Amino acid sequence: MAEPTVYELSSSGRIGVRFPEPDVPLATLPAGLERESLPLPELSELDVVRHFTHLSQLNYSIDGGFYPLGSCTMKYNPKINEDTARLPGFAFTHPLQPAETVQGNLALMYELQEYLKEISGFAAVSLQPAAGAHGEFTGVMIIKAYHEAMGRTNRTKMLIPDSAHGTNPATSAMRGFEVVGVPSDSRGNVDLEALKALCDDAVAGLMLTNPNTLGLFEEHVVEVLDLIHGCGGLVYGDGANLNALLGIARPGDIGFDVMHFNLHKTFSTPHGGGGPGSGPVGVATHLVDFLPGPNAVIVEEGTDEEAPLFDLAMPAQSIGRVKSFHGHFGMLVRAFTYISMYGADGMRKIAEHAVLNANYLLAKLRHAYHVPHDRICMHEFVMEGVFEDAPGVHALDIAKRLMDYKFHPPTNYFPLIVHEALMIEPTETENKQTLDAFADALIKIAAEAHTQPELLHGAPHITPIGRLDEVKAAKDLVLCCWYPDQN
Amino acid sequence: MFIPHTDSEREEMLKEIGVGSMAELFNAVPKDFRFPKLNLPPALTEMEIMAELSELASVNESTRELICFLGAGAYNHYIPAAVDAIIRRGEFLTAYTPYQPEVSQGTLQAIFEYQSLIALLTGMEVSNASHYDGATAAAEAAVLAYHQFRGKRTRIVLSPAVNPQYRAVLRTYMSGYERLEIVGDEAGSSPFTSVDDLAKLVDMNTSLALVQYPDFFGRIQDLTAFAQKVHEAGALLAVAINPTALAMLKTPGDFGADIVVGEGQPLGIPLSYGGPYLGLFAAKKELVRKMAGRLVGETQDEKGQRGYVLTLTAREQHIRREKATSNICTNQGLMALTSAVYLSLLGKHGLRKVAELCFHKAHYAAEKIGKLPGFEVQTSTPFFHEFVVKTPAPVADINLHLLDHGILGGYDLGKDYPGLDNHMLIAVTEMNTREDIDILCEVLEEFNHG
Repeated sequence: MAEPTVYELSSSGRIGVRFPEPDVPLATLPAGLERESLPLPELSELDVVRHFTHLSQLNYSIDGGFYPLGSCTMKYNPKINEDTARLPGFAFTHPLQPAETVQGNLALMYELQEYLKEISGFAAVSLQPAAGAHGEFTGVMIIKAYHEAMGRTNRTKMLIPDSAHGTNPATSAMRGFEVVGVPSDSRGNVDLEALKALCDDAVAGLMLTNPNTLGLFEEHVVEVLDLIHGCGGLVYGDGANLNALLGIARPGDIGFDVMHFNLHKTFSTPHGGGGPGSGPVGVATHLVDFLPGPNAVIVEEGTDEEAPLFDLAMPAQSIGRVKSFHGHFGMLVRAFTYISMYGADGMRKIAEHAVLNANYLLAKLRHAYHVPHDRICMHEFVMEGVFEDAPGVHALDIAKRLMDYKFHPPTNYFPLIVHEALMIEPTETENKQTLDAFADALIKIAAEAHTQPELLHGAPHITPIGRLDEVKAAKDLVLCCWYPDQN
Repeated sequence: MFIPHTDSEREEMLKEIGVGSMAELFNAVPKDFRFPKLNLPPALTEMEIMAELSELASVNESTRELICFLGAGAYNHYIPAAVDAIIRRGEFLTAYTPYQPEVSQGTLQAIFEYQSLIALLTGMEVSNASHYDGATAAAEAAVLAYHQFRGKRTRIVLSPAVNPQYRAVLRTYMSGYERLEIVGDEAGSSPFTSVDDLAKLVDMNTSLALVQYPDFFGRIQDLTAFAQKVHEAGALLAVAINPTALAMLKTPGDFGADIVVGEGQPLGIPLSYGGPYLGLFAAKKELVRKMAGRLVGETQDEKGQRGYVLTLTAREQHIRREKATSNICTNQGLMALTSAVYLSLLGKHGLRKVAELCFHKAHYAAEKIGKLPGFEVQTSTPFFHEFVVKTPAPVADINLHLLDHGILGGYDLGKDYPGLDNHMLIAVTEMNTREDIDILCEVLEEFNHG
């Protein structure tokens, strides 16, 4: 039974929240500018609580079960993060308060910048960007600003491997770069020969995800970076897969010039059904002045008795402001809490166990599914959701059938370079029993694909709703549940 | 803690993989860079980090202790307890973007309802599923307009009375587009330019005119004639709004706006030192295919049951890559949910009540401050819950004095407008009692005498 919408539940005259009566004389509402009717629903508090509770129960979530979405790093989001972000001193400060009244916020931002620098090996970090793609946008702008400052106006090409996330080419195109694809080789690395042929003085940079979206560490990463730097380009690191590198290797040490972090992947801030994210950007020494801002700085060093004095400042040649205020502060508190609870040794343990879990699943599944680039993987791996001897079964069917086994499906049909891809990222927070149960389910589904394919085609069978008609959604385009002219 | 493996499980797993140690899993990482020593503080327990952050948070002076008259784009409103109770539910908090509709109907329907509530509140036909904040939503309006005319119209008319941070972000976003000129808010232009004067800048080369309503100074201006002039030139009109104000004011839709953007923070989202907030973006239906961001649409499953899916995804980066309308991926899902819960709870009567409380209290404050010697309130135009006060001394000095008396004073307009030194922007919401306002006036008067 479908849950009604808030408009269907509405009953004229019902009140959800009361507010005090005015304690001041009433002013006159502006003549001719007053609204005639306000088409919002009318519900009681219980109506609202029950409605959204019902809706929540239609969701699959990490709190409810295993969520192995490749490239999304669906790790457990510790509950303490929600409490620290809601401490009144953080949650109720206004973004434009004078610096002397928000020294706690600025200290936290400054420390987080320092932590992220240490973890990544970069010289400076801005916490401004709102999400991964926003961080990419910022990073690509920095690359452009750097070339312009150097007087290199001919740098028009951005090289992007064919395994990259869609945000990479979309971001580059937004900034006016010509997107040039780079093929992968048979081991899933960037094809070095092809890359060599593309390197010339029109190259602004390369956007590289490492480990890449096949879950593989780029075996020639040093050579790739040398080639790009050799032709005067900069290397952008897509930090989407940083979970595999915590305490394992620092992108800044390897020679990346700029990278975004996804606090909502690597540092456990909740995904929230599609945001808010947080996408800080780290840069090497030569790019420090181009960062967006304002960022937290120390204006007066501390002493043994006194804390340092913090403020916000714009970098010297800043690309400018990329969003209002100072980034997603609430997400910064959560990430700070998380990093503090792990410390240096803990960082390495996160990556080690994320990689252990992925390789364990790979070992259990490689006999039942074809894995095109089969070597030790990092935090995720990609296999094909298709069988030569079971034509008609697709990755989508396997994904949907997993729901009947109470698992969230892996990312499917991405990366584009693997046919019928199923991309599995277990993360470090899952225990062995869960991984065993998930592998068993996938092995059973592989058998079903051969013996009872109709079970897969009709899946999911146990969810409140079946496969939805996406063509109808795009054709009819119903984007709003109630129009004023219908009442 | 959060990594559950026991020693024996780890051994079993390594054996299954066929490696002798954890370190062996990382042989592909160049040896010179492998296993760096990180200089981070030692790990803390939950109890310790809670204590440490409680102390750090208490270093701040928050709007819980201070009487707040600061707005300028972020507003101190009351958030009913039920809002946080809902959004803390793990089923919402720990779900991903709803790419698998069969197991994401909760998030999908909530976003669909959000789209409906925002469309109806703004008087527009469609709303997307959110942007990062008001500033980035405004910038995306400029990107949309640029593409609407395939880059052939190269002028953007930007009111100086649009939030300075929105204008800064819009400039950052548009800096990559060649030959583009942004006019209207150049240094030296009068900050209080009327929309009639602004209309003179709109020409046949204009893709977009962006104004704010109520504007950054709190003023409410009738946009009917302006909308007409923008449309006569064939350009698009975008209006940046405050959603609380729209509970009592004519909507941008009533004026014929093509795009509405805005900061959704007033709709139940805590101040949280500036984020995460919520970028509102609504438009006329004919622009829907040009809009950036996610959209949820209604459809059916095989049995004819009503359900919801992400739709028109062919505009988006994961499908279109370099040809996408925008690179946006993760947006503000949970904040959109927050505002949907807030709007459902307050409903038709509650939101109107909040708007009226803000309006009446702000007018009481303006009237009282206007009577103080040395202070001059600029109220020639109708205003909502913010107004400009010309002060007898630098705003920073006054605010320091106010702070000593537990008051967070208004925004120093001189920071963004060189001509507006000694001008303070004061915001009043339902959170301010008459007594708060009376105290503000007393302390201001005392400052002037002191």
